[in-house]
Amino acid sequence: MSKLNTNSNAYIIIYSTILVVIVAFLLAFVYQALKPMQDANVALDTKKQILYSLNIRNLDGAEAEAKYAEVVKIEKEIDGMKMYACEVDGQEVIVVALKGMGLWGGISGYLAVDKDDKVFGAYFNHESETAGLGAEIKDDVSWQEKFIGKKIFDENGNVVLSVVKKVEDPDTQVDCVTGATLTSNGVDAMIKECLKNTTKEKED
Amino acid sequence: MALFSKQNKEVFTNPLNLDHPILGQVLGICSALAVTAQLKPAIVMGLAVTVITAFANVIISIIRNTIPNRIRIVVQLVVVAALVTIVSQILKAFAYDVSVQLSVYVGLIITNCILMGRLEAFAMQNKPWPSFLDGVGNGLGYAMILVIVGAVRELLGRGSLLGFQIIPDACYDFGYVNNGMMTMPAMALILVGCVIWVHRAYFYKEK
Repeated sequence: MSKLNTNSNAYIIIYSTILVVIVAFLLAFVYQALKPMQDANVALDTKKQILYSLNIRNLDGAEAEAKYAEVVKIEKEIDGMKMYACEVDGQEVIVVALKGMGLWGGISGYLAVDKDDKVFGAYFNHESETAGLGAEIKDDVSWQEKFIGKKIFDENGNVVLSVVKKVEDPDTQVDCVTGATLTSNGVDAMIKECLKNTTKEKED
Repeated sequence: MALFSKQNKEVFTNPLNLDHPILGQVLGICSALAVTAQLKPAIVMGLAVTVITAFANVIISIIRNTIPNRIRIVVQLVVVAALVTIVSQILKAFAYDVSVQLSVYVGLIITNCILMGRLEAFAMQNKPWPSFLDGVGNGLGYAMILVIVGAVRELLGRGSLLGFQIIPDACYDFGYVNNGMMTMPAMALILVGCVIWVHRAYFYKEK
């Protein structure tokens, strides 16, 4: 075999083109083949998060799926806000999807509201908050449980539920995560921003 | 010829002992610190790196004579990036929870110094089979440290292993408290330091 000059420009261009085309086809194939399973995982994860906000934790796979079907009655989207009407142990609860900004990236969550407009349960998630500090909004279950029983609206329908450094009114305020003031502020802003329109919806 | 000749055996066992990628060469530290807060992601990450190193080594070794010298790093990167993307997609499909926990660090395997180091230093000069052994050896060496550090951090930081509670409730009743420091990345650095210390004390004496 005559020795190919592997350092000529033509060879390099052809070589890299072929390599990239092969890799592109391979990746496209893998992506297409696995997409349905990935979508199912993401959908299940969303359902689990909603169950977390209803204080139903420790469920996996099919169990979570079944529980979700049993608990969530209606899914509705109003002005881009997702809401879920649920029934837990005979109690009517509305779960509101939250979306906001943390310190480094997006944060999201689900807030379950009972019919007296008090918090039934809460779950928060984040994309890239600092592990051990901001990430505690997701990892620290006891912090999420601090929201339970808090009053959300005042008489005029303003959102009073807030996350603060110094709790003055234990009925409406939640202590923020130590060392994660900016992430906590993000949670606070997210709650206010996402809930301010919900009162109107309820009256409608 | 002989699949497990003495030479090949050395290729496989060296990275597990003297030439350990993390302990001897201090490569791949960054991801080792980030994913070891618990045992399960540490094991998955170790396996992922092992698989990717082994196959990247084999692929590069097979095409080593066709790779133009001037763009060899680019070719290596394309191969590694393709493999990492495939592994990341598979994790998302079959181990969603773990892939969420590992988050960006799966993607960052692309820049893991162990991989590029092995491709450049070994696979470019050697035949596929020794390259495969070299990749598995280095990957397992890396995984070994992740598992040790992950186990210590989860046991002391959360009182559990693989999510199962190990330290009985009775201890907590007597005032035992989980060490929150262990869940922070800084403690992984200190633990890796301790492992390196033990490793060097042992192997340099032998030498």
